[in-house]
Amino acid sequence: MRWIWIDRFVEFDRGRRAAAVKCVSLAEEHLHDHVPGFPVHPPTLMIEGMAQTAGVLVGDVFDFKEKVVLAKVTRATFHRHVGPGDRLRFEAEVQGEVRHEGAAITGTITSNGDLVAEIELMFAHLDQSREPVEPGEGNFVFNEDFIRLLRMRQLRDLASNGPSPDA
Amino acid sequence: MALSRDEITEKVREALVDALGVDEDEVTPEARIGGDLGAESIDYLDIVFRLEKAFNIKIPRGDLFPDNILSSDEFVQDGKLTEKGLGELKARMPHADLSQFEQNPNVQDIADLFTVDMIVRYVESKLGGEEG
Repeated sequence: MRWIWIDRFVEFDRGRRAAAVKCVSLAEEHLHDHVPGFPVHPPTLMIEGMAQTAGVLVGDVFDFKEKVVLAKVTRATFHRHVGPGDRLRFEAEVQGEVRHEGAAITGTITSNGDLVAEIELMFAHLDQSREPVEPGEGNFVFNEDFIRLLRMRQLRDLASNGPSPDA
Repeated sequence: MALSRDEITEKVREALVDALGVDEDEVTPEARIGGDLGAESIDYLDIVFRLEKAFNIKIPRGDLFPDNILSSDEFVQDGKLTEKGLGELKARMPHADLSQFEQNPNVQDIADLFTVDMIVRYVESKLGGEEG
């Protein structure tokens, strides 16, 4: 299993906001195990989904050269259960701007227009002067899976801006 | 329109309640951000962001909470701030009340200077400075 809790970026405004979607499916093991007999998508994984949406938004500002880590879940309020068949929309917005020290994010999760959760997160950039990183170690935060998610979005944009098949 | 000190205090209180999850009545003027309100390192950045938004001001890195005075041998010796270090701290934190601290400038007590009142005075000077 891969630790990716969003399926696709649907909006990406560099350094300001991003939106991603996730379709919850009964094919996912955790839905059966979390509350047996009552399949729900756990709120903790929705926080993770928001952290991934927002983390890519923050990391992109410095071209994924900084190691962006989730430093604080300032607030997370959940309003309803989410189950199989739901399509979640994660919207993350940068408060102010992404700074060299880190960033604050406010986010909402909706499903079919209904408010599911309100989440505020803080991200920090790991200070490389204090945490020496071996050359060539790479960025352990942004592995290929996340970069690919963003590239998929860019590729779709390119495709949709091209000549339509009907033209 | 200039904000009164009470209005600034109220907005600072709101920022601290939201950033630290503390009760309003814990946010007294003399409360220490770390020691009394339990702020950890990332919380200071959170507070800075909230103050910037609440007062529509820019707070450069290290302006409200100086962050690199302690790393210099010139400023710190045997766990205490040197005369030069104290001078630097005063220059960097004109909004803090150093009268007690300078009598025994233990490095480990620096965090106690970060109080609610210090933030209010910082914001006040920032707003005053920008208007003038």
